[in-house]
Amino acid sequence: MINKLVLENLKHRWVRTLLSALVVGVQVMLLLTLVGLSRGLLQTSAERAKGSGADIFLKPDTGGTISFSSGQVDSKFVDFVRKQPHVAQAMGVLSQISGVITSINGVDINQLNRMSGGMHYLAGGPLKQLDDLIVDDYYQRENHVHVGSIVKLLNHNWTVCGVMQSGVLGRLIVSLDTLQRLTGNSNPPRISEILVKVDNPSLTNEVVNNLNHLLAGNLKAISTADFVSQFSVSSIPQLKAFIDVITVITVFVELLVVFLTMYTAVVERTREIGILKALGAKPITILDILAREAIILAIIGCVIGIALSFGVQALIVNLAPASLTVITVPGWWPKAAGIALVGALIGASYPGMKAARQDAIEALSYE
Amino acid sequence: MNNIISVRGLRKTFHVGEVDVQALRGVDLQVARGEFLSVVGPSGSGKSTLFHILGGLAPPTDGEIFIDGVNLRTLTESQRTELRQKKIGFVFQKYNLLPTLTAKDNISIAQSLSHSPAPPAHFDEMLALLGISKRLDHKPSALSGGEQQRVAIARALVNQPAILLADEPTGNLDTENSNAVLSILQDLNRRTGQTILMITHNPEAAAFADRTVTMRDGRVIS
Repeated sequence: MINKLVLENLKHRWVRTLLSALVVGVQVMLLLTLVGLSRGLLQTSAERAKGSGADIFLKPDTGGTISFSSGQVDSKFVDFVRKQPHVAQAMGVLSQISGVITSINGVDINQLNRMSGGMHYLAGGPLKQLDDLIVDDYYQRENHVHVGSIVKLLNHNWTVCGVMQSGVLGRLIVSLDTLQRLTGNSNPPRISEILVKVDNPSLTNEVVNNLNHLLAGNLKAISTADFVSQFSVSSIPQLKAFIDVITVITVFVELLVVFLTMYTAVVERTREIGILKALGAKPITILDILAREAIILAIIGCVIGIALSFGVQALIVNLAPASLTVITVPGWWPKAAGIALVGALIGASYPGMKAARQDAIEALSYE
Repeated sequence: MNNIISVRGLRKTFHVGEVDVQALRGVDLQVARGEFLSVVGPSGSGKSTLFHILGGLAPPTDGEIFIDGVNLRTLTESQRTELRQKKIGFVFQKYNLLPTLTAKDNISIAQSLSHSPAPPAHFDEMLALLGISKRLDHKPSALSGGEQQRVAIARALVNQPAILLADEPTGNLDTENSNAVLSILQDLNRRTGQTILMITHNPEAAAFADRTVTMRDGRVIS
């Protein structure tokens, strides 16, 4: 019967109920989108790193593994690395962000072809001209381009020469020389990272240690296995902290929304609370009724939030095709629900206690 | 003890700012089991305060007060809540039905709060007597004042209380509905022996009771 009263109360003021649940849902959606975006970007980056065929990555020694900056390494390090023991191949890559977060990768296509074990083209073929561009099938699908299309990136017109299967280094591959020239990294030639293939994979760690010893202060070597394992939220303290902050904000906003909703409801239902008390409802029963209402708001909000997160994924794909990768993280649904419940229960606690402490006689005479 | 209500030297003082207001100044009252008693008196005579204390909604300041053998002076707030669940049925002037629930659910929630397993055996007959059997699926907003008050009476009786306390039960009703509600209370008292204590300022309503006591200035004067 108490559940029926709770549901009828929520139905009675359905616009308020729906709006409150919607605000809770938007918070849940923001949280799920943030997590999905973080995981999506990291996951696709990890897949592309593995797909490059490199055994070792050499990046500027800036303390972090993942960097979006470009042109920080002198190309002469490539030759130095190539001469080290057990290094079968070394190639420089220049990465440049274009548009929302699309990364363009400048490479020597023959080197990449050799390192990745042979690139698989779904249409067209490798780079031939300086302005040629290889796109992966995902980019091609989302941006509706084909071999021969002109794509404007970095204020430069590129001609799509090939469509490769996604998962090799990046979504967009261009000539290293052209990209260096366009980004002011040609004199002296600079690159973002060096990809290394060893002659014997069992010696990868030995080569990593040797390179770190030789290049200390300039470059940091990391095996692909270690590099990929670092593509997780917990490995990036700044990202983890950001998600934590968003989580706290989510709880706080929900707390305020539920507080306002419940407080209004308690004031509005003062007489009804008096009636329940006259009928023998204990303070804990009154608290229980409001807590159940808050829980239902949180549950409805969660369902709305999860549904909205799918909508946002679709929106991102449409507004920024083949750039931001947002994945669905069902593992976070219970967490988001828990966060929503905590916010709702904290928000309902003060109005609930106010109602529970209400004097029955005063409440009954409330107009 | 045949008296279901026994009150001796009942006092109630309210502290309003720095002023003490004596609402009850030594009330003595005995109500026999199965009696229909009306309490009349002008505004400020202490009728409502007596109603609230007998109903366990407010604690007394001083005096002895027994309801069905239970000494209210010794009860904690939680025990007074249990007393309201088990022994008291309230009927208010403004009906006080929960607006979001149907008539049936308004009755059921009283039963649910007192953890009663089922309505009494003759409850359906009682609903027929009250004339609301066909109105149970309606919410209060769809019921007339007379119907709402009859639902409130049904809600007050669903837990078979020792005492039915009615505070100006016809105060918001027209003459026809007032007479109908008072006749129902009288009939109920005579058929089932339900003890009823009714607060009213209307002598015509008071006439439906077996006995009338008059209050003035916080005391029972006759």
